[in-house]
Amino acid sequence: MMTRSAKPTRFFAACLLLGTAFSTLSLSSAIATTKEASQASAPVKIGPEVTSFTLDNGMQVVIIPDRRAPVVTHMVWYKAGAADEPPGKSGIAHYLEHLMFKGTKTVPGGVFSSKVAEIGGQENAFTSQDYTGYFQRVTPDVLPEMMRLEADRMANLVLDQEKILAEREVVIEERNQRTENNPGSLLREAMAATLYKNHPYGIPVIGWEHEINGLTKDDAIAFYDQFYTPNNAILVVAGDVEADEVRKLAEETYGKVERRAEPGVRQRPTEPEPRAARRVDLADHRVRTPSFQRLYLTPSYNTDEPGEAEALEVLSEIIGSSTGRIYRSLVIDQKVATSAGAWYQGGALDHTEFGFYASPAQDKTLADVEAATDAEIEKLLKDGVTAEEVTRASSRIVRSAVFSQDSQSSLGRIYGGSLTLGSTIEDIEQWPQRIGAVTPEAVNAAARKYLQLRRSVTGTLVPGPTPDAQKEG
Amino acid sequence: MTTIIRKTISVRSVLGRGAAAILASLAFVSHAFAVDIRTVTSDKGITALLVEDYTVPLVALAYSFKGGSTQDAQGKEGTSELLTNTLDEGAGEIESQAFQERLKDNGMSYSFNSGYDDFSGSIKALAAEKDEAFELLRLMLNEPRFDDEPVERMKASRLNGLKRAETNPQAISAKAFRENVFAGHPYSRPADGTLETMATITGGDLEDYRKRVFARDNLVIGVVGAISEDELKAALDLVFGDLPEKSQLKDVPELEIATGGNIHVDFATPQTNIRFAMPGIKRDDEDFFTAYLVNYVLGGGSFSSRLFEEVRDKRGLAYGVYSYLGTYDAGGIFGAGSATRADRAQTTVDIIQAEIKRMAEEGPTAEELEKARKYIAGSYAIANLDTSSKIASVLVAIQESDLGIDYIDRRKEYLEAVTLDDAKRVAKELFSQPITVITVGQKPNAG
Repeated sequence: MMTRSAKPTRFFAACLLLGTAFSTLSLSSAIATTKEASQASAPVKIGPEVTSFTLDNGMQVVIIPDRRAPVVTHMVWYKAGAADEPPGKSGIAHYLEHLMFKGTKTVPGGVFSSKVAEIGGQENAFTSQDYTGYFQRVTPDVLPEMMRLEADRMANLVLDQEKILAEREVVIEERNQRTENNPGSLLREAMAATLYKNHPYGIPVIGWEHEINGLTKDDAIAFYDQFYTPNNAILVVAGDVEADEVRKLAEETYGKVERRAEPGVRQRPTEPEPRAARRVDLADHRVRTPSFQRLYLTPSYNTDEPGEAEALEVLSEIIGSSTGRIYRSLVIDQKVATSAGAWYQGGALDHTEFGFYASPAQDKTLADVEAATDAEIEKLLKDGVTAEEVTRASSRIVRSAVFSQDSQSSLGRIYGGSLTLGSTIEDIEQWPQRIGAVTPEAVNAAARKYLQLRRSVTGTLVPGPTPDAQKEG
Repeated sequence: MTTIIRKTISVRSVLGRGAAAILASLAFVSHAFAVDIRTVTSDKGITALLVEDYTVPLVALAYSFKGGSTQDAQGKEGTSELLTNTLDEGAGEIESQAFQERLKDNGMSYSFNSGYDDFSGSIKALAAEKDEAFELLRLMLNEPRFDDEPVERMKASRLNGLKRAETNPQAISAKAFRENVFAGHPYSRPADGTLETMATITGGDLEDYRKRVFARDNLVIGVVGAISEDELKAALDLVFGDLPEKSQLKDVPELEIATGGNIHVDFATPQTNIRFAMPGIKRDDEDFFTAYLVNYVLGGGSFSSRLFEEVRDKRGLAYGVYSYLGTYDAGGIFGAGSATRADRAQTTVDIIQAEIKRMAEEGPTAEELEKARKYIAGSYAIANLDTSSKIASVLVAIQESDLGIDYIDRRKEYLEAVTLDDAKRVAKELFSQPITVITVGQKPNAG
């Protein structure tokens, strides 16, 4: 499960799960494990020997060996996400993700999950604006069965009316839990809806509540029939496996699934050149501490002019990290904020965002933190970054990439995520070199081109009246 | 740092192993984990469990001091938590910002974590940079500065978090849980502190806590990765060798849990948070694994448990529903929970209670017990043994609970020893106790 958060977490471009990605299973059910507070978690040095090929039916296969433990991560990624939904059907990509657990013509609902649980495996699924993925972490001996079952539900889903209505209620409760219960999430939703005037990224992945309530079995099947086909899917197998063996299994399972559709090129409506700075102010009785956010519309790794996304990535380290300019200036030196930073989320099929956030210190106001943020941005645009800042930031980003090698799941997500977002395997492998090649000129040019108010939405979250008082008013 | 990455597009030589070979390797590797755990003791007498592995150029080290939030001084609740934010804010001669830069340049990942009963931490470093990583860890654990500026800065951030928690349904429910179920026990104190206590904590309080808790007689360590025994011995002495020999821990009395009754916190939010509590079981209880299996059947399984089936799959009442056994040094609790719209909260409460009652009366079926046994046996390696950091944490947990160096191998035997009669007996004992129900949300009829 991944959420898009306005936190100074760095994501490797490619691993990025753009937009909020929702999982089928609530993680609140997972009992607390230790906090993994890794300070830098940009993965990149990729597994020892990655094998990639395409099956006759067009399904891409990527195999990443990691023989340290008898565990394998099996994932199927579909190049279809919330931004591919038909108008008025928001949430159908995610709702379908839930329904994929309800059984097929030959495998009743619950059987697949039982097979995973039987050997102590883990499973889940996730939906983002750009892709939908399903995975199991299991012992290698059951990999053939996982592949058979996952291939089966690519083409043979069966939906029972009663079950799908209950699952729609589950999705509504998921929306309540993630969004309605959390004013910060409501603000993020409102800001995205304001930033994107034409592109569907303005619609939340989970969907608008009133539209979720109207989603039907036919809607789900239509989306399924349009996008769930081997030529629109990527298989990633990472872990204790031999590539040749996986290839044979892939041919015997996924290779037998016929092409069900030709989804073609994913062309969403694009954003016009932004002209007006926008503001979103959300007042809610549950807000105890006000906060400020700013989003700038920027290109992603997939849509940028060569090098721009890498430059924005380095910029986010220079100004946004816990030792970055924004934190140092607003929190340490001026003491106008208790928290502050910036981030860039480069992984998206289309546009994406460069974001800033801050919470005012006691006795300081939202206006103070906004002014201080603007002053830092102005200084950045005027004076630029130094060569030393760039060298240091790139080396930190690249250095931390090695850590991805420790986790087969991370490697699987990097490959699956990147490939669905338009990268090639070469792109993934060369990413560290490209980050290392970023120059101060490139950072300054990207900052000046994209950090312009007319490209932005400013959001504030402030304490508001209780719902009762609102009714009376 | 640049690493050479190779990629094969072509088919490699035909040496693929069959399924039988994979199974054989599974048995071998699982076994190898246990065999490969070595006990390493340094010259100064610091002991760690080590799994030496050079597959990836990383070293993961995890450690834990018995202590935790129960060791916070009265009126200074939140000290242990605040320590997790301040140890890396300057140490030795190096002030906060310079220290942060040095940590970032090294690139190590690190974490500090405070629980009720322990203060733990971990690092993961590039093998080539491990000396610097160990030196930085030494500085943080032995010579943190706790300068006013960073301490006040971290407190401000914590205070903000405490304010936000006031309107977070889960946090409100957790507070009600703690104050009622753990009433009278040190676990009932707010581990995160309160707006009042957090504001009073000083650098001196942090240092006082550190001196009492960071010692050698309450320390366990696990290490995994590209490091030899000799290198590790030197590192152990460097990082932990100069800590005081004895900790000064306050005794924590046994937990006596009083449950029963309903607690409702009225709060205007779209989704009601629901929580249940009953006395649980301790980790060293001989029925621990039996209880663990029974709980898995009830609500511990993710996509397959009675609660998942009844609350989510059949009725669509909630996105998440769970139950768990919380094991602490002073006692154990059973907890369960969910979240749903106000008008369906009572139905959800009733269904969960009915399932708990049914489990008390009937226990699991033979088939459910077998499924649980298979899951719990297999999930250990899949969930815990696939990255070096996770294995290091397991090495720490094994020592903390005194499970024995052969625990990973023996765990399966413990599970196999559980009979259906045991399961029914434990289910009855566990789930026949009075239950506390906590709801946070709007009254169902409040519109």
